[in-house]
Amino acid sequence: MTRKSRRMMTIAGLGSILAVAVGLVLYALNDSIVFFYGPTEVIEKKIHVGARLRVGGLVKVGSVVRPSDRMVEFVIGDGNNEITIHYNGLLPDLFREGQGIVAEGRLEAGQRFAADTVLAKHDENYMPREVADSLKKQGHWQGEGKPDAKTGSKP
Amino acid sequence: MTVEWGHFALILALVLSLCQVALPLWGVAGRDHALMQTARGTAIGAFLFTLLAFAALTYAYVQSDFSVINVAMNSHSTKPLAYKISGVWSNHEGSMLLWVLILTLFGALVAMARQAIPLPLLAAVLMVQGAVSSAFFAFILMTSNPFLRALEVPAEGRGLNPILQDPGLAIHPPLLYIGYVGFSIAFSFAIGALIHGRIDAVWARFVRPWTLLAWSFLTLGIAMGSYWAYYELGWGGFWFWDPVENASLMPWLAGTALLHSTVVMEKRDALKVWTILLSILTFSLSLIGTFLVRSGVLTSVHTFASDPSRGKFILGILVFFIGGGLTLFAWRAHALRQGGLFAPISREAGLVLNNLMLATMAATVLIGTLYPLVLEGISGDKISVGAPFFEATMLPLFLPLALLQPLGTALSWKRADLWAAMQRLSWAFGFSVLVLCIVLYVTRGGSVLAPVGAGIGLWLVLGSLADVWLRVWRAKAGWAVNLSRLVGLPRSAWGTALAHAGLGISLIGIAATGWGTEVISTVGKGAEVPAGPYRLVLEQVITRNGPDYRETVGRFQVYSDQQKLGVIEPGKRIFIGQTMPKTEAGLMTIGLGQIYASLGDFQADGTVSLRLYWKPLVVLIWGGALVMAFGGFLSLLDRRSRIAAPRKARQLQGDAA
Repeated sequence: MTRKSRRMMTIAGLGSILAVAVGLVLYALNDSIVFFYGPTEVIEKKIHVGARLRVGGLVKVGSVVRPSDRMVEFVIGDGNNEITIHYNGLLPDLFREGQGIVAEGRLEAGQRFAADTVLAKHDENYMPREVADSLKKQGHWQGEGKPDAKTGSKP
Repeated sequence: MTVEWGHFALILALVLSLCQVALPLWGVAGRDHALMQTARGTAIGAFLFTLLAFAALTYAYVQSDFSVINVAMNSHSTKPLAYKISGVWSNHEGSMLLWVLILTLFGALVAMARQAIPLPLLAAVLMVQGAVSSAFFAFILMTSNPFLRALEVPAEGRGLNPILQDPGLAIHPPLLYIGYVGFSIAFSFAIGALIHGRIDAVWARFVRPWTLLAWSFLTLGIAMGSYWAYYELGWGGFWFWDPVENASLMPWLAGTALLHSTVVMEKRDALKVWTILLSILTFSLSLIGTFLVRSGVLTSVHTFASDPSRGKFILGILVFFIGGGLTLFAWRAHALRQGGLFAPISREAGLVLNNLMLATMAATVLIGTLYPLVLEGISGDKISVGAPFFEATMLPLFLPLALLQPLGTALSWKRADLWAAMQRLSWAFGFSVLVLCIVLYVTRGGSVLAPVGAGIGLWLVLGSLADVWLRVWRAKAGWAVNLSRLVGLPRSAWGTALAHAGLGISLIGIAATGWGTEVISTVGKGAEVPAGPYRLVLEQVITRNGPDYRETVGRFQVYSDQQKLGVIEPGKRIFIGQTMPKTEAGLMTIGLGQIYASLGDFQADGTVSLRLYWKPLVVLIWGGALVMAFGGFLSLLDRRSRIAAPRKARQLQGDAA
């Protein structure tokens, strides 16, 4: 084998592996990324039923119910619109009424959402960032998410 | 006063680091050996002063000196001593201080190593180390100073984040940082080689032990972090493809590639330019990892707004070193003498394939981690790239790599006989396929991926054993001779075999997650819940006080048939100074499997929601990583890669002969 043909073989080999990798990445990016929306965006963007997505908002106070021993249902809102989430599983430690959460799952008809994951990851301001941004967009942002920010008293 | 001394020591460390850049630079430019020599002293001095600064901060934590803002924010006087100490690096400022402490430690170790590195190269290496540490000292002093005092001294600290109060946190960051930062040595050596325009097999011999050390610690750090997330978060998973986890996986993948490419360079004096590039890229990924984690940019681009100075500062450091390194590479790489080409079927060709796959995997993780950031920056859409993306892209790259690995080790250097190598491994391969078929039959109807993963894992383990066997066993020699050959096998050969076997062991453990069971239910006193072949009975719910927390636990008795195996107590803890409860998982290890229970909310009627897993062979995931890291450390003990121990007379004779 000449030096030249050997080099061609190497390049062809490297090229094909890279091509496969690029193909995989593009395919996976098309197929397996999940968009985040607030309740209003879900309506505005006319997300079709069955789509896999993340939704987030504030858990409506008094909305948490347990229809059966494993199911949890609650409503999240951004001040203008609401989504009812039902979830079969354990709620995270930081889940509280009145605070922000993010749920991942599938959209159902009638602004209902079947979650398979509920996240309450947030910083010291008790607000997941996506939810904070979504609230800002809807004009319901109350400072840094501290309940006493409204009244103006300092923590 | 101690705190002020610490602050002062940190400033002195910055000054020494700047000297560590300027004096050797002057020396290299003017070929002045005396000036080059100063690199050693300044490197060691910078380390000692950083150590002093770190000790001062630790002292403030141990004394619960709440006049220091950093201590007040992250500690509490009731914390056990161990968590007061680990609290030092539980926060941004302290962990950056740990980062530079390890960075300067590595610089000092290189300065003291008995590696016979030519002085001009050593001076250049320490100069680059000094530049990196100067940048981070400046970062700490200007944007994240842990020594700032509060004007009003609070009576009590705010407490450590409860999720971080755990033995896992105490050792996870130091392990991880030794890994991240250790790769800086390879980076500095690469820049040194580019500055001098010379590189040869000896260069690879200098770099390899440092890379090996960093890689072994990074492996431990990642495994530790994974186990910590597994039992601490209460979600039962061991890897979530979280950006913070990816940040540690990228340098690991690139570092693994680097380990293999330095072998080619050492043995065949080839792949030089690629190895230099890989050295730069590996540390660049470490820096990107630090940037992603430390700047808070990950959750959203908008985090920049909350503390723009920090993010921008690290971004500046990132651009300077990565951009500078790559520019220097583009400018100087042609000056390095190219290595020879090699045959397509040979050990070195196999290692090239390994490098290509690992580098592609690292790039894929990078794309998946950064894509949400880029997309949000461009279109404002918020997306999450999670496990489905990484599983779809990483498995097709990783499984062929694992499948080919034992074959690669069986090939000889220069020109290999593929058919002969396959014949030598036929027993290991045949047995793995047989086990795969049996497992497929037994678990028919279930996932196919789990048996395939376990089969490939077994093949990796058996392939490594076969490698040792083929190196040692000579049929004509007697048992005694073969045994002494086994004992006399170089430690690096053992290290290689163990590292590859460890990967196989982890793979089996990961595959076995497909055979676990998960039950979610609401239980009251006396309720019985199945967990795989076992069952659990809730005996009672207990509320009690710990050293600095109050907890409510469910006491479950574990049964195998009628036999009592023991008790597990998953629960919820509320730490003093905190309001949020924290889930504590209950774990019981049975053989290589684990029963994993975590509790949800306690209901008004006295019942509690429970998530219960049976995870067969799960211990192998982390066990395999330990074996891998042990392999790395064993290779370090090989006399070829000694960095600290003085040479023995016998070796010197051997080298001379």
